[in-house]
Amino acid sequence: MALSTPTSVPAPAAAPTRPAEDAHRLRRRVNYVLLGIGLVVLPLVAQYFGNAWVRILDIALLYVLLALGLNVVVGYAGLLDLGYVAFYAVGAYMFGLLGSSQLTDTFESFKNAFPNGIHTPWYVVIPLGALLAGLAGVLLGAPTLKLRGDYLAIVTLGFGEIVRVFMNNLDAPVNITNGPKGIAQIDDMDIFGLNLGRTHELFGFDIPKVTNYYYLFLILALFSILICWRLETSRIGRAWMAIREDEVAAKAMGINTRNLKLLAFGMGATFGGVSGAMFASFQGFISPESFSLQESTMIVAMVVLGGLGHLPGVIVGALLLSALPEVLRYVAGPLQQMTDGRLDASILRQLLIALAMIGIMLSRPRGLWPTPEHGKEPAAEIGPPDPDNPAVPQRVTPQTSTVTNAVHGGSGTRHV
Amino acid sequence: MDIFLQQMINGLVLGSMYALVALGYTMVYGIVNLINFAHGEVLMVGALTSWSVTVWLGPHNLPGWLLLLIALLCAVVVCSILNFTIEKIAYRPLRNAPRLAPLITAIGMSLLLQTLAMIIWKPNYKSYPILLPTEPFHIGQAVINPVQVLILVVTAVTLAALMWLVNRTKLGRAMRATAENPRVAGLMGVRPDMVISATFVIGATLAALAGVMYAANYGSVQHTMGFLPGLKAFTAAVFGGIGNLAGAMLGGVLLGIIESLGAGYIGIVTGGVLGSNYQDIFAFVVLILVLTLRPQGLLGERVADRA
Repeated sequence: MALSTPTSVPAPAAAPTRPAEDAHRLRRRVNYVLLGIGLVVLPLVAQYFGNAWVRILDIALLYVLLALGLNVVVGYAGLLDLGYVAFYAVGAYMFGLLGSSQLTDTFESFKNAFPNGIHTPWYVVIPLGALLAGLAGVLLGAPTLKLRGDYLAIVTLGFGEIVRVFMNNLDAPVNITNGPKGIAQIDDMDIFGLNLGRTHELFGFDIPKVTNYYYLFLILALFSILICWRLETSRIGRAWMAIREDEVAAKAMGINTRNLKLLAFGMGATFGGVSGAMFASFQGFISPESFSLQESTMIVAMVVLGGLGHLPGVIVGALLLSALPEVLRYVAGPLQQMTDGRLDASILRQLLIALAMIGIMLSRPRGLWPTPEHGKEPAAEIGPPDPDNPAVPQRVTPQTSTVTNAVHGGSGTRHV
Repeated sequence: MDIFLQQMINGLVLGSMYALVALGYTMVYGIVNLINFAHGEVLMVGALTSWSVTVWLGPHNLPGWLLLLIALLCAVVVCSILNFTIEKIAYRPLRNAPRLAPLITAIGMSLLLQTLAMIIWKPNYKSYPILLPTEPFHIGQAVINPVQVLILVVTAVTLAALMWLVNRTKLGRAMRATAENPRVAGLMGVRPDMVISATFVIGATLAALAGVMYAANYGSVQHTMGFLPGLKAFTAAVFGGIGNLAGAMLGGVLLGIIESLGAGYIGIVTGGVLGSNYQDIFAFVVLILVLTLRPQGLLGERVADRA
């Protein structure tokens, strides 16, 4: 299943090609196949060292999904969304409610309607999660469309907080979310009679729960990469990037900026919703604590660190930051003793993330692995400040419609 | 009616703290067009510094007001240096970078300060000593305690001083000129870099003041305490019209009153369905409403470049 994506790269059937090109294509295909085999075998190797390692892989894949979704909003359309975790929460709570005894415990009528409890199958849950989160995204997007980058950031942040406050408090007067205690005993995914929560045997191998989920997440991640990759080169993707670079110019070119921004919000949220549902079934337990602002910041950090709008960069960013704490765990033990318990793995991780966010923005504002720009010097965009007078912009926009534009010319802050 | 009066007093106290923080946001935004996400964290550092000072000087049996004053001064100095350094290291090099870059640096800075504070002061809640008499004054049915009176007085004095500074002094004129156009201000002999640094220092001073008041009023400090006040103060700044000093004050006070009236009445209005634990939502609802209906804020006039 993992192998299908690389081989599905279309090759022109009968077009005569030069041998060098052929060899190149062959080598690339071999690389893809090797990567695919590697991804399939990886958990089997990892579970040999213990299921905890496979779990790390699972979480990393979930973060890849989330980062890909946020990348649509932040990377492609250039809308900084600091409340992304809200959509993740929407997906997770949707599955939590539809896959546990929470609703039947609370409502008598549900109990009568579903005497065996609510167990929603995956082919309902995944589209529903995507739909709900997408709707939430559009709902959030609609009033904030007119806002520029930094305002948008604050409003989305506020939205994330609102969702969290509601999750925390919707246990009274009617117990819907079970408040801070969270929802427990959420169903495992059951795909065509294959219960992912159980250990299965395949060719004499034991495939435990974590490995089952690994394959599920892998399929989803590959599918998402495919979607993002196709989006990137599509008309919509190009329109998003045009909006990101210069909204006024994009509008002048006939792009419907309003609808496209809404679409970006909705699309990004969809990914969040699906990964939320996955998270809920994988963990079997959700509580508002999992959807804090820290989590949002973390996902933003992944996207930004890797390289805004560049798929390989985003994936690398997500893998790096999600695997980091596990690696740190080995360093953190002695460190914790040395510092009298002040530094533990999670604090160290937070510290490193913060430093990385600042450091990378200062040294490589476009991320670790940014999009190669066509015929554009990256240095020209962010010229070093004039040593005599750093406040003077290096590249003043010729047509300055407002005072601030002259002040911050070159910063790309042109508004509708 | 007594609920109303009491909630008004609470709202005024809360609002004046928001106003102090909001001024820091609005001044920085007015001059460099940057949302200083770390501003709330500066407030937190101020509160924790003053807590440390009160702990160190506690055994000396100083009178409460003197101790508070010393703690406040230390907090102001530490915060000023901190904010000055932040601007120099993290924001100045990015002044002409793509617009998301400084914003993300600011978020990173906020996270960094929180983490450092957690390492230095440990993550537990610390109770702030009671330094002023607690005998409350009665106004009709409502009560107000000396700390709250002090907060109102200090805020009023600070705001007046700030207005004087911005409107009557040379530095204030330089600040207004830089906000309008740093290049032209530079040609007129203003040094924009110095003015920007001064703005950050003033903002930090106000944040430190607010932090100490916040700690003295609520009686506990922790490394995450800066986040919500910071966010709400930003809301207040937007509410009043960002870049506008009077707007930030008005927005802060109004937001405080809306919040506490909302928290006081939401239970009654909704028949007990929603309780005062939804207090934090009001600020964000206000923010979304303001940005949708009147993006330039209550007192803001420049529309095109603001939203």
